[in-house]
Amino acid sequence: MLVDLIEECNMTLLEIENIHAEVDGRPILRGINLSIEAGRIHAIMGPNGSGKSTLTYVLTGRESCKVTQGSISFCGRDLLSMEPDERAIAGLFLAMQYPVELPGVSGLTFLREAVNARRKVAGEELVDSMEFLKMVRSKANSLGVSDEMLKRSVNVGFSGGEKKRNEILQMAMLEPRFCILDETDSGLDIDALKVVSDGVNSLRSSDRSMLVITHYQRLLDYIEPDLVHVLAHGRIQKTGGKELALQLEQRGYINFIETAA
Amino acid sequence: MPSNKKHLLPNNIQENSEAEWLGSLFRKAVEDIERSGMQGTMLAEAWRFTDLNSFKVFEPIAATNTAVVSCPKFFAELDAVELHISNGALIWKDTFPEYVDLFDLADRKIAPSWLTEALGSAINTEMHPFAAINTTAFSGGVAMRIRKDAVMKKPIILLVDTQANDKIIVANPRVLVVLEEGAVVDLIEVHTGSGIYINNVVTELIIGKNARIGHYKLQTEDTDAFHIAMNAAHCAANSIYDNFALSTGAKLSRNEISATLDGIHTKYSINGSYLGCSDQHMETVTFIDHAKPSCVSHELYKGVLVNHAQGVFQGKILVRKNAQKTNGYQMNRALLLSKEVKINSKPELEIYADDVMCSHGATVGELDEEQIFYLMARGISKKQARAILVSAYVEEAINYINNLLIRDLFTMVASNWMQQNITDTQDINGS
Ligand SMILES: Nc1ncnc2c1ncn2[C@@H]1O[C@H](COP(=O)(O)OP(=O)(O)OP(=O)(O)O)[C@@H](O)[C@H]1O
Ligand SMILES: [Mg+2]
Repeated sequence: MLVDLIEECNMTLLEIENIHAEVDGRPILRGINLSIEAGRIHAIMGPNGSGKSTLTYVLTGRESCKVTQGSISFCGRDLLSMEPDERAIAGLFLAMQYPVELPGVSGLTFLREAVNARRKVAGEELVDSMEFLKMVRSKANSLGVSDEMLKRSVNVGFSGGEKKRNEILQMAMLEPRFCILDETDSGLDIDALKVVSDGVNSLRSSDRSMLVITHYQRLLDYIEPDLVHVLAHGRIQKTGGKELALQLEQRGYINFIETAA
Repeated sequence: MPSNKKHLLPNNIQENSEAEWLGSLFRKAVEDIERSGMQGTMLAEAWRFTDLNSFKVFEPIAATNTAVVSCPKFFAELDAVELHISNGALIWKDTFPEYVDLFDLADRKIAPSWLTEALGSAINTEMHPFAAINTTAFSGGVAMRIRKDAVMKKPIILLVDTQANDKIIVANPRVLVVLEEGAVVDLIEVHTGSGIYINNVVTELIIGKNARIGHYKLQTEDTDAFHIAMNAAHCAANSIYDNFALSTGAKLSRNEISATLDGIHTKYSINGSYLGCSDQHMETVTFIDHAKPSCVSHELYKGVLVNHAQGVFQGKILVRKNAQKTNGYQMNRALLLSKEVKINSKPELEIYADDVMCSHGATVGELDEEQIFYLMARGISKKQARAILVSAYVEEAINYINNLLIRDLFTMVASNWMQQNITDTQDINGS
């Protein structure tokens, strides 16, 4: 197993070439091409069921999404040959559309295990639980995640919005090189959207890239993308600037989808 | 049974027959062995999952005690008083507070009346052949009494160690705990050992009115050993008995726990976990007798089986006719981590009262791929992800341990087991 951290990346951070993927034998992605440079924020919009979440799973290595064609390189590495944990250690992070419940695993344990997994690879000292609580507390509180929530089982009994904040907290703790946000804005109230966006924006930097999936133009007012893509029928149908999101909102997807499958 | 029985009776049973205070108990046990052995149909049912032929290898060599034994290191941080039993005999006792009476059961001359009244009173040797054998053959062990209203601040650690060296031996340790009215104590029972042996232990608890006991058992016998345990309690009104058993050891283990809730408003909590690997056979047999009204019993067992391990859970709740307002819950859940493991669950309710709340059940499950993925997507290795999920599974039961320090210790023992026995491939290739 070749797990390592990426210290520096002077090339295109993420390069997706002609990715075809199927779920349960059904083709979902039919030739995705996407290239994201370091420091850039790309947004993906698209109708329900078009394959947006499937793309995030292909990137993070979920077994149920089978890649049948194409390649992905992450900072020059062959991403598809890596296990999900290796990808995470290498700096890939997915804030999930539907975060998974982990009964009996406290938020603190979960976060500490994740941080320690990374430290272990980096050859750094592992943190114990007391120390860790201090590390996590200020970040958690700024995202509106209370101590009480940290002690509870991960995502169990959390409201939709609480789950999303919790995802962003994980992201803030892990400081990944590449962040994928899958409908992080869904379920957030107006104030929370601001809080979470601030959290995301504070992670913006010249060597960190993001892929933001959303249905709503409003999120992109907070997290301004460099490019917006329209994904439909398993392909990227159109790419444009920030204004594309506005046009989509006004005119619907139908005018942007050239070929129906 | 007849052929097995002979093999299990050690050669020192004379001693018990000669002890005057033990005489009648001894004679009854001998009769019980002669009369029913293991041939009665009820016995056959209760023992049908245990391969009694596996005991044929044993020669009747009585255990002789070894010099010193020491408690597993992780108990060091508990400020406890210790009792050490080695090969069935009490070999060490710390200084106990004056409100605790201790009696070495090797002493055959004269026994106090609190002891003779209590010993054997919670067990029917007719129904339990191994307890009968223990009664005829125990050469030592310990009886203790916590006096009225005494609150024992330090927990008691009872270490039961068996060293077989090059001989195959049978040890028959005997333990009696008497809590007088209002007495409070935490007792940790730890079973360790090395070599091929049978540890045939009987623990009786007589719990007085308003008394409270936390009784936490850790069974980490040698994986070549046999652990046959009978843990029987008699609980008086308003008493609270918090029982937990964690088993990771022995080639074959049968842990039988029974209690009679013989006074109103008794609370009985009987939880546990069995963690089995390689070809271990781990059996848990529980019997809760709701004999009086308004008692509560709560039972949650969580098992984890890997490789070729076998688990057996037989749990019965009896609610007698006058035990109205009984609240009983019983659940056995097992996580099966390879295709070769086996689990037999037999939950049983027998209810004669009409105003009761009782439920029981059994489930089996596997690890959830989605949860494993979620953990791995945060950089956690597959092996560790699985260990975290299995720990969480087991902790649901461990979290019922009332004493927080002891809960942490048991959590640690379980998580050490996870680190050693949970790999990243178990459920895929079934190895
Ligand atoms: N386990 C599965 N079995 C069968 N089909 C699946 C499975 N998971 C996803 N799909 C299908 O794959 C297609 C793409 O789903 P995906 O979740 O990627 O869509 P999406 O673009 O993220 O949609 P949304 O905007 O609603 O989140 C859908 O038609 C969905 O029904
Ligand atoms: Mg989606």
